[in-house]
Amino acid sequence: MNAWIEKQRYIIDFTISSLLRRKVKNLGLLALYTLIVFILASTMFFTYSIKKEASLILKGSPEIVVQKILAGRHDLFPVGYIDTIKQIRGVVGVESRLWGYYYDSLVGANYTLLTPPKTAAGESHAKTASVEGEAGDADSAASSKPLLELNGAKLEPGTLIIGNGIARLRKLTRDDYMPFRAFDGTIMNLRIAGTLSSQSELVSSDLMLITEDDFRKLFGIDTQHVTDVIVTVKNPSEVATVAAKIKKRLIDSRPIIRDEILRTYDSIFNWRGGMMIVVFSAAVLAFVIFAWDKASGLSAGERREIGILKAVGWETSDVILMKFWEGAIVSLSAFFGGVILAYVHVFFTGSLVFEPALKGWSSLYPNFDLTPFINAEQLTTLFFLTVVPYTVATIVPIWRAATIDPDSAMRHTGE
Amino acid sequence: MRNSTLFFYCLSAEVLVLGLLLVHASVREGAAQDSLNEKSALVKRLGLTDLCLFTEARYTRHLSQADLNTPFQDHPLSLEHFPSGSFTQPPTGVTQSR
Repeated sequence: MNAWIEKQRYIIDFTISSLLRRKVKNLGLLALYTLIVFILASTMFFTYSIKKEASLILKGSPEIVVQKILAGRHDLFPVGYIDTIKQIRGVVGVESRLWGYYYDSLVGANYTLLTPPKTAAGESHAKTASVEGEAGDADSAASSKPLLELNGAKLEPGTLIIGNGIARLRKLTRDDYMPFRAFDGTIMNLRIAGTLSSQSELVSSDLMLITEDDFRKLFGIDTQHVTDVIVTVKNPSEVATVAAKIKKRLIDSRPIIRDEILRTYDSIFNWRGGMMIVVFSAAVLAFVIFAWDKASGLSAGERREIGILKAVGWETSDVILMKFWEGAIVSLSAFFGGVILAYVHVFFTGSLVFEPALKGWSSLYPNFDLTPFINAEQLTTLFFLTVVPYTVATIVPIWRAATIDPDSAMRHTGE
Repeated sequence: MRNSTLFFYCLSAEVLVLGLLLVHASVREGAAQDSLNEKSALVKRLGLTDLCLFTEARYTRHLSQADLNTPFQDHPLSLEHFPSGSFTQPPTGVTQSR
């Protein structure tokens, strides 16, 4: 056994010396290979973590959201429709939502203004039509706590509770005033009653919680309309059926079920999706060129080296072993280096490389640290995508070259 | 020092660092439970539907609530032009052959 290990060590010694003789070429190869692993691993870590985080956070999102569609676009929802939805069997609660966007020209940012549902804030007067109380929901007690007394902040008419991103962007603190231009041109000065926690920035960075009266005054929406409604269904397995019934009874409505919301986030950062496919295909293409270059043949120098080794007594198997170690040294170093760099990039630097694309043209961007959800499957997939093809691609042409006569290998130096 | 020894030292160091990072991931995942629960509770209380990732346009802010004609929303020949649109996929109905 010791003799076998010692033989492998001598071959590795020789292989590394051989690699160092072509230092620039091989270091360039290693750097490029590491970069490919880094891009693939960063994409994989980022997409998996954000998908996992989205699925955990959004599992509490509404079971069904019903919008009204007018000329193919989201329109205000008539309060009168609520009774029609209430009559559908299996529906236990219908709650209206009032929310919209406000563009702040001062900083060029879009804010999301939202009136908290009645279950979240006792003092809010959002129109609610409950058929019967929610039953069997362990979280319902927690979710009906008045959220808006967080850190002593209480939402009252003339006040706002703002997300941490807005507070940071506008340098606002508690009791500051923020002016808004209402739909009729009048100026509304609203006092900041508090800020939502920085922990929740991934969902609340651009949120502004506002009372129903202030919301209607700001946007000029009458009391007969809301933005959309949330429907609670008694039996979770009937959600799709209830959604289909809503669509049937209210032809101009668009029900969106929770599964669709979760699927949206699953597909956005899917491997097949948009930017990811560009990143992925570029990396794969580079790797294919890499492997092709290796597989298509050896340089004249490499062929001569093999010829000399065979002439001094190396077996074909020794030459193949040497090239196996060459592939393994380069690919293992690149794999570990790339994965480590990708981890640091995604979870310590906040995806610095992806950041400009993620931010887009937004002035307001949440500061959030992704939770590192890493598993063996991801690392195994990466390993088989990168290390195995490269090592195989290195061995195949060597086998061809190692079986030829040393004399002709040394003579054909001009190729 | 022999090249092979140096190589195995380097490889061991890389494996060790990766192992430590995996431990870090596991610790962070455990520690993040409170934060995840807080975000999940906020989503439930306020009836939120989307992550606040792209605030540049209304249909990128609330991706799950966006109109089906999102890429052409402003006028008939208005093509999707926000950078974050490149992260998203077209709706299933558009890509499926009929």
